[in-house]
Amino acid sequence: MHREVRIQTENFVPDAEYQALRRRSAGSAGAIATFVGLVRGVSGDADAGGLQALHLEHYPGMTERSIEAIVDRAAERWPLLDVVVVHRVGALAPAAQIVYVQVASAHRAAAFAACEFIMDYLKTDAVLWKREDARGASRWIEATGDDRDRINAWDDAAR
Amino acid sequence: MSVEVRFFASLRERVGTAQIRLDLPDPAGLDDLLGALGRRLPDADLAALTAENVRLAVNQTLVAPPLRLCDGDEIAFLPPVTGG
Repeated sequence: MHREVRIQTENFVPDAEYQALRRRSAGSAGAIATFVGLVRGVSGDADAGGLQALHLEHYPGMTERSIEAIVDRAAERWPLLDVVVVHRVGALAPAAQIVYVQVASAHRAAAFAACEFIMDYLKTDAVLWKREDARGASRWIEATGDDRDRINAWDDAAR
Repeated sequence: MSVEVRFFASLRERVGTAQIRLDLPDPAGLDDLLGALGRRLPDADLAALTAENVRLAVNQTLVAPPLRLCDGDEIAFLPPVTGG
């Protein structure tokens, strides 16, 4: 399996990732699922007003390994051919692209499921920190109860 | 011996620095680490570092006490994470 995890400040180009995958996996992949996460323009904290920027911080080395471990868990569950995860760090404005997940498999069920699984675990297990800077206030945010419920659902499904 | 201690995100902002070097006895455990940090930082900062939801990594691997620290170790205090 091709496994590629990148942490970067610069933007990513989904079509470039997709075309690179097409070239790598010609003939073997039957399904490619991709996901792009964007910065919402509203804060999770209703009192804070409009979001001015999201600031993402990482721990070089440990962050990449934490995401590689998530990809490896997905690859144990589904027959995956190729996985690319690109996560941006630094200051990101509303509407900016923040995360890209691309999964190739022989069939669509595995590609869809693994893409969702990886995104869900990025919320709870990736070594990344996110601060919302809104007008006059900033706060570090944590995985929500809903994020943890989704992880528990994957755990239950594995039993 | 000396170790590097790194703070991330909310803990980095609270402590006011991303990294400090500490001299510790050899061998050293968690109590020695916290004792040395307590001599450098205000009580409120130490309380934040030892909050229940803060995890500890040594050389980029999550660890649980008891710790046995070695010269040159990189210790990181990690507040709750979220990505995506």
